[in-house]
Amino acid sequence: MAHIPDGVLSMPVLVAGSAVSLGLLAVSLRRLDDARIPQAAVLSAAFFVSSLITVPVGPSSVHLLLNGLMGLLLGWLAVPALLVALILQAAFFGYGGITALGVNLMNMALPALLCAALLRPLLMKDLSARRAWWTGAAAGGLGVAATGALVAGALALGGEAFRPAANIIALTFAPLAVAEALITGVVVAFLFRVEPELLVLAESVDD
Amino acid sequence: MASLLQGGAQDGWAGALDARLRVGAVILFAVVVVSLQRPAVLTLALALGAVSALGSGWDAARILRRLLAAELLLLVLLLTLPFSTPGEPLFHVGPLVASDAGLLLALAIALKASAVLLALLGLLGSLEPARFGHALAGLGVPERLVHLLLLTVRQIDLIGDEYGRLRQAMRARAFVPRSNRHTWNSVGWLTGMLLVRSLRRSRRLLEAMRCRGFTGRLHLLQTSGWRRVDTVAAAVLGLVLGALLMLDRTGAPGLFPGVAF
Repeated sequence: MAHIPDGVLSMPVLVAGSAVSLGLLAVSLRRLDDARIPQAAVLSAAFFVSSLITVPVGPSSVHLLLNGLMGLLLGWLAVPALLVALILQAAFFGYGGITALGVNLMNMALPALLCAALLRPLLMKDLSARRAWWTGAAAGGLGVAATGALVAGALALGGEAFRPAANIIALTFAPLAVAEALITGVVVAFLFRVEPELLVLAESVDD
Repeated sequence: MASLLQGGAQDGWAGALDARLRVGAVILFAVVVVSLQRPAVLTLALALGAVSALGSGWDAARILRRLLAAELLLLVLLLTLPFSTPGEPLFHVGPLVASDAGLLLALAIALKASAVLLALLGLLGSLEPARFGHALAGLGVPERLVHLLLLTVRQIDLIGDEYGRLRQAMRARAFVPRSNRHTWNSVGWLTGMLLVRSLRRSRRLLEAMRCRGFTGRLHLLQTSGWRRVDTVAAAVLGLVLGALLMLDRTGAPGLFPGVAF
């Protein structure tokens, strides 16, 4: 649901989305140290594999987006990691359009960066397992909710006729946001207990 | 465990072509199809996509499954657009009125998305991820991004194996995913464990690469050469795309006679 196929969005939305994504990508690639590429690749791959897990929610099942968690753990590095995942999903699974790649990246990357800016500072000072859970849950919920809002917004910009569809899409993101918050909370609390180094990983890359 | 990314198509007609041409062709086709307006021309584009997919060894049932899986969002649009677009009323569902303009809009969107997806299956379905990465580099994608993509592709297989082992361990302990807190906690621990093992794997990987003199640069292999068949294919592609654009601009007779578009 988070990946918009080809032919749906209007030309101005496609162009604007691509422009924003190119800008984010340029900044993040400049921050990516060449020697860090192997580490970035392994973590991108881990997020890619995790997003293939099917999670039962109510009568149906969902896949995790994990963009909030990626922003929280990777910071700016989340942008190229998300782009690689989107390219692979578009090229090999057919999820998400080719011309819509820029918009799809924007919809995933902006919430990730938002989580990085708002929530990462909370991981830095006197963290407890309980606070780690809440920070993770906030990142998961915020990441999915913001992506849902952006996807629905991109659709709604197509005109009055697209409003009902945009509303339905926005609604479908609500259960996903709850499930993702519950799960990313557990992930971050787990990392705090087992490998706290992962929680401050982005600090050593950025700044 | 088979590669998570392998499309599973045999090397059909597209297998003989240069990888850069295949990737470039898909992108160009997508750009052209998205800009088309007339449903008749879009139907033609869909047919082209279907021929390319069927020609590279995909059977119809698997193509349909892929189309359905990828297009949940389209389904929502198909169900709402006819009722939300003003125009000549076609039929009623309770208090809702479907208009012809809305139905045509929904149809055009579905045709565009499906045509591009079919062309994608046909042209890239049998392309190995590594060759895909090198092709992107050949098309001018920044080298850092290509390195990241190539390493990620390799790691996806390794971490996919890791995931398979963790999943098997859960199965051995009689874990059955249900819609409850226990499942969500377990998925959280599973994801966390994958990340922990990946971090450790990435340290070993970086050390191994440093041992071999890695300073942040890798060599991109030039695996395919441009041959005469590629030039011919590129010319045919150019003609087909040009024809689609021209049919769309000029008012050549449509496939749906009697409807004005």
